[in-house]
Amino acid sequence: MKHSSFFWFVLPSSLMMLLFIAFPIVSVVTQSLYQAHEQVIIEVENCGPFGCTTDTSVDTSATAALREAEPLGQWAGLDIYKDRNHLALDEVSQAFINSDGLPDFGRALMNLPFYDAMAFTLTYTAIVTPLTIILGFFIAIGVNAAARAMRGPTIFLSLLPMIVTPLVGSLILFWMVDARGILGTTLQWLADDPDLSVKASTPLMWIMLMVYGVWSSAPFAFIVYYAGLQTVNTDTLEAAMIDGATRAQRIRYVIIPHLVPLTTFIALIQLMDNFRVFEPIVSFSAQAHATSLSYAIFNDLGGETRLLSSAAATSVLTIIGVAILLSPVLVRTWRDFGTPR
Amino acid sequence: MSKATRLSPSAQFFAYSFLAIWLIMAAFPFIWTLWGSFKVEGDFFSKADWANSIFGTLTTIETGGSFTGAGYYGAWVQEEFWRAALNTFIVCFCVVTISLTCGTLGGYALSRSTYRYAFWFLLFALMFRAMPPITLVSGYLLPFFEWNLWGHLSTTIIVLVAINQPFTLWMLHAFFKNIPKDLDESAMVDGCTRFQAFRHVIIPVMWPGVITTGLFSFLLAYNDFAVTSMLLSKENQTMVPKLASFLGTTQTKGNVMFAVAAVVSVTAPLFVMIIFFQKQIVSGLTAGAVKG
Repeated sequence: MKHSSFFWFVLPSSLMMLLFIAFPIVSVVTQSLYQAHEQVIIEVENCGPFGCTTDTSVDTSATAALREAEPLGQWAGLDIYKDRNHLALDEVSQAFINSDGLPDFGRALMNLPFYDAMAFTLTYTAIVTPLTIILGFFIAIGVNAAARAMRGPTIFLSLLPMIVTPLVGSLILFWMVDARGILGTTLQWLADDPDLSVKASTPLMWIMLMVYGVWSSAPFAFIVYYAGLQTVNTDTLEAAMIDGATRAQRIRYVIIPHLVPLTTFIALIQLMDNFRVFEPIVSFSAQAHATSLSYAIFNDLGGETRLLSSAAATSVLTIIGVAILLSPVLVRTWRDFGTPR
Repeated sequence: MSKATRLSPSAQFFAYSFLAIWLIMAAFPFIWTLWGSFKVEGDFFSKADWANSIFGTLTTIETGGSFTGAGYYGAWVQEEFWRAALNTFIVCFCVVTISLTCGTLGGYALSRSTYRYAFWFLLFALMFRAMPPITLVSGYLLPFFEWNLWGHLSTTIIVLVAINQPFTLWMLHAFFKNIPKDLDESAMVDGCTRFQAFRHVIIPVMWPGVITTGLFSFLLAYNDFAVTSMLLSKENQTMVPKLASFLGTTQTKGNVMFAVAAVVSVTAPLFVMIIFFQKQIVSGLTAGAVKG
């Protein structure tokens, strides 16, 4: 394809991505280096019969005018990154000096909002991704072994948790594990503890969020593996069987090697999606027990006072996190496809 | 079925029971919520006896029948959920149309270009795909406030199209790769320009891929919460942020059932979509992996 026609063909897409993905990144970085103007304080001298007193008060109109004139705020440099809500360098070094031993240091870190969100996001990504892949693999093997007539309905039902709006899917689960819901009551009965409530316990909340994560993304892994299983070479399978391989050995030495490239693909997509975990925290109202980086940004942006700079700083740190997370995959893709063909 | 894939009875039993457990896990929550949405709150959350939620004991006491549409009436009429549904329809329709128009052009070009920059373009798109949308939203807010773009449906549509674009490009690129190059090249030998070849030769054969990609664009727009909840003003809200706002207000009013009814209403179109387009969804999910 000629350069000029390529240019005209990709122009609409690239214009959109430039305007609404690349520029916002620039805008986020800029915003994170500024902070909102402080309120304008005026001193008023009140003189009465008992002498003069100076009062300080906030000049609302001047503050509004100043904020209007420079909506970006005032230059803050890296201050926002260093404050307590983000990297909290002072607090971390304090905690490092004062704490005895790593567990104590870890506990101190978990009290800082950014590290708390980071810890949950990373734990969630690290646990949900492999579990999704494993569960998806077993469902695919199961469906492949099932009678042909059963496959269509199975796929239909399996698609539900994945296709449904994340906010809605997690709400449905949340209502069921509510202390008055059917799963919540079952849990209480199993644990023999009538006061057990998922809402009130941090570990249970983490587990529920991860259960939701696996539940909603296992279908994706399943579908991809299932499609992969259709292309396994039956000759190889039969040859393996003639050579005396058991079923487990056939799965181990023929099917799994065939599915390895697909695993890379699933892992890549899942890493990206799990790292942005957000909606389940909103529907589970889990913010007291677990916040993710995306939720932290959402929380800053919402509400009466929109903390744009704080949200921007967290966004930049999240983008850096995504870049670090993806770098091995990107390097690999580059090695595979980047070489001239 | 070939002999190699046949199972021993015990393995078969194991496979079927595993599948059965998974299917219950996948489908039961939806059936439960659909059933419960026609009950009153005391039955949907029944502390006393879980059987209440099946037989609707309290519903019968409170309303006279064992089913009630009160939740739906409250959500759709009282809280004007229909307005949100209308907005969702507008947003989804426009997002799908615009992203497919831009995406087919771009995806076609990417699949036909042999130069290195096409690869770099796709790699950049992949990186953009990895960006959590909420991080971009924090970049939109200030400029949108300043230029008075905030709150309108059209702004949200364009933003959703842009966020959709990397994925759409990847998917359509994979589909166009499967359409033989000879097809459009022979048209160009016959004197067509590149665009004429695309218009008269490629467009008639591209529909399966475009429909599949359109389904996923639709899902992305329909399911989005981060962008729509932040960029739309209250009266322009789509269904998902509207539903989230129910949670804040109704939990205190004791009208959780509005939210339950809304949840069922949001799920229903998706359910219908899977019934009709199951094959396309499956092929779309695997397009990137198996063929790419």
